[in-house]
Amino acid sequence: MLQIDLWKRVLIWLVCAAGIMLALPNGFYTRVEQANDAAADIIAKGETPERLEVAGQWPDYLPSGLVNLGLDLRGGAHLLAEVQVGDVYEARMDALWPEVRDALRPERATVGTFRRQPGASDQIRLRLSKPDGMARALEVVRGLANPITTLTGVGANDIEVSAEGDILVVQLSEAEKIASDDRTVRQSLEIVRRRIDEVGTREPTIQRQGADRILIQVPGIGSASELKKIIGTTAQLTFNPVVGRASDADASAGVGNKVVPSLDEPGVYYIIEAAPVVTGEDLVDAQPSFDQNGQPAVTFRFNTSGARRFGDYTAENIGSPFAIVLDDEVVSAPVIQSHIPGGSGIITGNFSIEESTNLAVLLRAGALPAELVFLEERTIGPELGQDSIDAGKIATIVAFVAVLVFMGLSYGLFGLFANVALILNIALIFGMLSLIGGTLTLPGIAGIVLTVGMAVDANVLIFERIREELKAGRGPAKAIDEGYSKALSAILDANITTFITAVILFAMGSGPVRGFAITLGLGIMTSVFTAIFVTRLMIVMWFERRRPKTIEV
Amino acid sequence: MRLRLVPQETSFDFFKRAKLWLGISALMMVVGFASFLFQGLNFGIDFRGGTTIRTESSETVDVGAYRDALAVHGLGDVSITEVFDPAFEEDQHVAMIRIQAQDDGEAISGEIIETLKASLDAVAPGIKFVSVESVGPKVSGELITTAIIAVALAIAAVLVYIWLRFEWQFALGAVAALVHDVVLTIGVFSELQIKFDLAIIAALLTIVGYSLNDTVVVFDRVRENLRRYKKKDLAEVLNLSINETLSRTVMTSVTTLLALISLYVLGGDVIRGFVFAMIWGVIVGTYSSVFVASTILLKLGVKRDWTKQANTTGNQFGNIDA
Repeated sequence: MLQIDLWKRVLIWLVCAAGIMLALPNGFYTRVEQANDAAADIIAKGETPERLEVAGQWPDYLPSGLVNLGLDLRGGAHLLAEVQVGDVYEARMDALWPEVRDALRPERATVGTFRRQPGASDQIRLRLSKPDGMARALEVVRGLANPITTLTGVGANDIEVSAEGDILVVQLSEAEKIASDDRTVRQSLEIVRRRIDEVGTREPTIQRQGADRILIQVPGIGSASELKKIIGTTAQLTFNPVVGRASDADASAGVGNKVVPSLDEPGVYYIIEAAPVVTGEDLVDAQPSFDQNGQPAVTFRFNTSGARRFGDYTAENIGSPFAIVLDDEVVSAPVIQSHIPGGSGIITGNFSIEESTNLAVLLRAGALPAELVFLEERTIGPELGQDSIDAGKIATIVAFVAVLVFMGLSYGLFGLFANVALILNIALIFGMLSLIGGTLTLPGIAGIVLTVGMAVDANVLIFERIREELKAGRGPAKAIDEGYSKALSAILDANITTFITAVILFAMGSGPVRGFAITLGLGIMTSVFTAIFVTRLMIVMWFERRRPKTIEV
Repeated sequence: MRLRLVPQETSFDFFKRAKLWLGISALMMVVGFASFLFQGLNFGIDFRGGTTIRTESSETVDVGAYRDALAVHGLGDVSITEVFDPAFEEDQHVAMIRIQAQDDGEAISGEIIETLKASLDAVAPGIKFVSVESVGPKVSGELITTAIIAVALAIAAVLVYIWLRFEWQFALGAVAALVHDVVLTIGVFSELQIKFDLAIIAALLTIVGYSLNDTVVVFDRVRENLRRYKKKDLAEVLNLSINETLSRTVMTSVTTLLALISLYVLGGDVIRGFVFAMIWGVIVGTYSSVFVASTILLKLGVKRDWTKQANTTGNQFGNIDA
């Protein structure tokens, strides 16, 4: 009747022991964290006596997984950025324009002269002086299209060419826009990740959210604006031919050109060709250094194709100025003195040492393909996080003790069994959290406290049932057995329904709320496990030893 | 000697004043809903967009001076409240500043925050911004939608689960209790103007879970007793079941409340609203599983015969000699 197979007993105790072992490192949080960091450093940067000593603070044979502390507990910054995927369309059109121009030039006889018209920035609009030649123009420009592979669009091309009266319109096709958006977001994600890794902070979360958003969470960083500086909204480096100089931003630039301000000379503007000769994408290296006057500067080197284009351009344009443009500001506009064949150069400006270092980092990491707009910014100071941890600790301990005492008073010995199970329960929650690398947040602590309250529910259901069976005149063994089997359906139904809501919270929630869902969900699983298996095993073991004639629950 | 909150044997008649209880519940729901309609919820920035700044200073908080210092920046509606908590140090003065959402979809920028800090520093030297949270109106709109979907989805999932495990009458009773709890909780938040943010949605869903937990335990016993006492009428069976589970209902509510109250008192002011919602939810949830869910089950009636298939075709042998 009250029999539990030996293998089951062993398994139950093993699970409990494993839970305690996994939870153990969290009791020595700072020490284990330092040891883990040192161990990681040894792998990454080699052994030093200090690192070995710190790593030795926690023995190898014990588990060293820790519960991650959420931003609200550790302090840090949270950003939700939207990638302006449309930016890329414009760059693509600007890059396409010289190709279109070169393709149409030999056809002047049929299409006449053509001019680029101002219009939406994600289109090229050309007015042809001989509209009769439109058919030929369409044919020529369509020849520039590249086929793309999509799931649905068979034979789709990357550009769409159409005619509106005497105007020829070139724009990206819908299929290409979708593909381009996806590439842009993935590229941005990668670049954000690289930039944050360059700074080397602990366990940043960088995730894609939805179609065009990126969630960035970096614990331990001072503020969201500091984080934004690291991500550096663009750092787009280009080298453009200079058309002329202007004195105000509204100067008419002409189609295909644009007006950009100078970085360090107020009131000076340059008119440059919008299509760059070389871009930062062709950079292979950038390092902070000093120019011949001892001023901080950044040296850079192009890859082979970048070096060739840069070399060809400088060879053909000796004597004319070109602009080094960073984020739509002209850093400097030197006149090309000679052919620069090697593909390396130096950017000078009025930089401080720190600025030149940052610029080098940004250039190395690559430019973001599109602008990021920040929809959500959160900074949580480390002091507030520590306060929350302290408050949460005290509250959990008090809640715990109150429930332990209450259960002891209400159910006597059986209450003690439930209490042992409750302690195991908390250990199991922390063990599982460490194992899956879950994140503990402030609502997560609330979830644990709630679990402390609710975890005893399954035991209460069972004990009340045993009381009823005893009242109905059954013997102790029979009453315990019946109590467990009859309470089971209520326990399962009640916990499955709560579990459903935890799953929905996890799926729909984000950040702290998700942390709550995790601890609530884990708490439900562990409390059912401890109630059905652990307390039962304890009661059975006690019963086997004592064989009481009567029991009081 | 054992501590007993509920006598060993109880035989309360929970349906003697069923109409009164249902009336009170309905009235409370109407009041709560009206409060929600006319007064509205005090939405946090998660749902309304905007910026909250938590400041900490060793100087006492002078709300008027703070307001004047911030007014020059022309950021629209700015509200400042001082925060008190017994856990604070003597020279720890905390205030929450809330700034309305600015026109564009973006969050407020770091430079603006720095200028605000500089202005406040003139009023309260050494002021620290311990947390700054800014949500653009574009995201907050989506967060509302997600939250509403989450609550609706949870209720629907539960409805289906109980319908599968019990009978549709049970599912309706349980869901009526859930809706009752959710409406009353939202009503309390709107009546007391407590900040309603994402965490409160989590609390609402937990209340849904907890209230259900309670209801399901009672219903489980009802199902069992319906099989056992085939002749008793429904009201008697329901009463018996509630009485039998009463001790457990009270025990669980008390342990949960013990834990929550300690969190409410000691857990710090950051999650106080969240914990308040849960305390309220546990009380309301316990009440509703007895007085709403069961009463509705009683009104709906329930199929009693669990052993035989319903015989809807009449007497098959009745027409033989016709």
